Amino acid sequence: MAESPFKADIERVQKEYSEKMTPGAIVYIPGSSVVNKTGGWRVFMPQFNKDKCIRCFMCYTLCPEPAIYLDEENYPVFDYDYCKGCGICANECPTKAIEMVRESK
Amino acid sequence: MPMRKVMKGNEAAAWAAKLAKPKVVAAFPITPSTLVPEKISEFVANGEMDAEFIKVESEHSAISACVGASAAGVRAFTATASQGLALMHEILFIAAGMRLPIVMAIGNRSLSAPINIWNDWQDTISERDTGWIQFYAENNQEALDLILIAFKVAEDERVLLPAMVGFDAFILTHTVEPVEIPDQEVVDEFLGEYVPKHAYLDPARPITQGALGFPAHYMEARYKVWEAMENAREVIKEVFDEFEKKFGRRYHMIEEYKTEDAEIILLTMGSLAGTLKDFVDKKREEGVKIGAAKMTVYRPFPIEEIKALAKKAKVLAILEKDVSFGVGGAVFADASRALVNEKEKPILLDFILGLGGRDVTFEQLEEGVEISKKALEGEKVEEVNWIGLRKEIL
Repeated sequence: MAESPFKADIERVQKEYSEKMTPGAIVYIPGSSVVNKTGGWRVFMPQFNKDKCIRCFMCYTLCPEPAIYLDEENYPVFDYDYCKGCGICANECPTKAIEMVRESK
Repeated sequence: MPMRKVMKGNEAAAWAAKLAKPKVVAAFPITPSTLVPEKISEFVANGEMDAEFIKVESEHSAISACVGASAAGVRAFTATASQGLALMHEILFIAAGMRLPIVMAIGNRSLSAPINIWNDWQDTISERDTGWIQFYAENNQEALDLILIAFKVAEDERVLLPAMVGFDAFILTHTVEPVEIPDQEVVDEFLGEYVPKHAYLDPARPITQGALGFPAHYMEARYKVWEAMENAREVIKEVFDEFEKKFGRRYHMIEEYKTEDAEIILLTMGSLAGTLKDFVDKKREEGVKIGAAKMTVYRPFPIEEIKALAKKAKVLAILEKDVSFGVGGAVFADASRALVNEKEKPILLDFILGLGGRDVTFEQLEEGVEISKKALEGEKVEEVNWIGLRKEIL
């Protein structure tokens, strides 16, 4: 499995990040929003069927997060730490290789 | 040598802005404050003031431009009143929450409806919960001085909150009085340059201002504003001391007049304090044990000073040009908060008067004293009283 392209950023931010409240709640660490793992907001989760995928990159291009990156073979990888489950990828996928399924615990 | 000039309150405010050297002034005209930006634009056009004067399409934009300027790290100033201030409302919270020490001059004016351009304090009083420090001036000299003081307090690192200085519509904004204009060098020494450590634009140090605050962080950010406003109490007193040393004029959170042996103390803000002192002199001649007090700082509310003042009186009456419908006057409500757990406290009365520019006359003040005397003698009186009301047309 390929690594998230944000891995270095995430590691850097996690090292510098402090929750200590600043005057004006100013954020002094660039890119530090990665500490907010927004995947928790998700209700529906994209489920990927590799057999149907034609590697058109539509999902990768249109993910607003972006929570989809590509592996070595150019197949999409879903970053569930940040995927909010908006379903755009599933909606746009021309071969229906992505299905949104209700996530329940 | 300081120069003495005869000028309107609005001009005094413009002079204060000139002396404070803000880098950005963004303002929209509104009665009775129009002359403030008008005079400043004249200063800028004549090359007497090195500021960016931004002409905007509304008060909402005026304060937004000031937020932008202050967030970029420079001193910013604006002026407005009444509906204009009300239009700024949402941005006022943002300026305080983002901890931007903007200073604003207000020609205190009533709010519609009915539409009315004259004096009361409803505009600034209605913004009391925004996180802005509030000063009220008794005369034109105070309007000038308090704007300089406001910058110094607002920019203090222990505070970093915006501040507004109110001076009564027409009674001060359009009335000429002699005003001492301090020397530029002394003001420069007093204020210095605004060099913020927390908020400024620098591509080499990218920061995010005004970001989303989740429930996990919002309360702490708001608590920081609370803490800053609490810190402002001490800072204001320090700045008052320093101001006196530099300029020779003394300011107090609450200034007292003939309160030492007073049974009745009348507390007010703004230009009414002048009338009140004359009235107290008259009543003293008649043998009434009465004193007056002027609140210069309304936010942070001078809780300890109110407690100290209350100890001197048997009746403490608040004279205010504002009303919080369903409660009473806002100052009365706040004074009640200050005294609520005091073991010994005076009878607290509220006199709502002078709304929408109605002149506050000695006859009206007599009406207040009569109510106070009744309360003093143990008679039951209304806590909240509308004074000078034309009952015949109701």
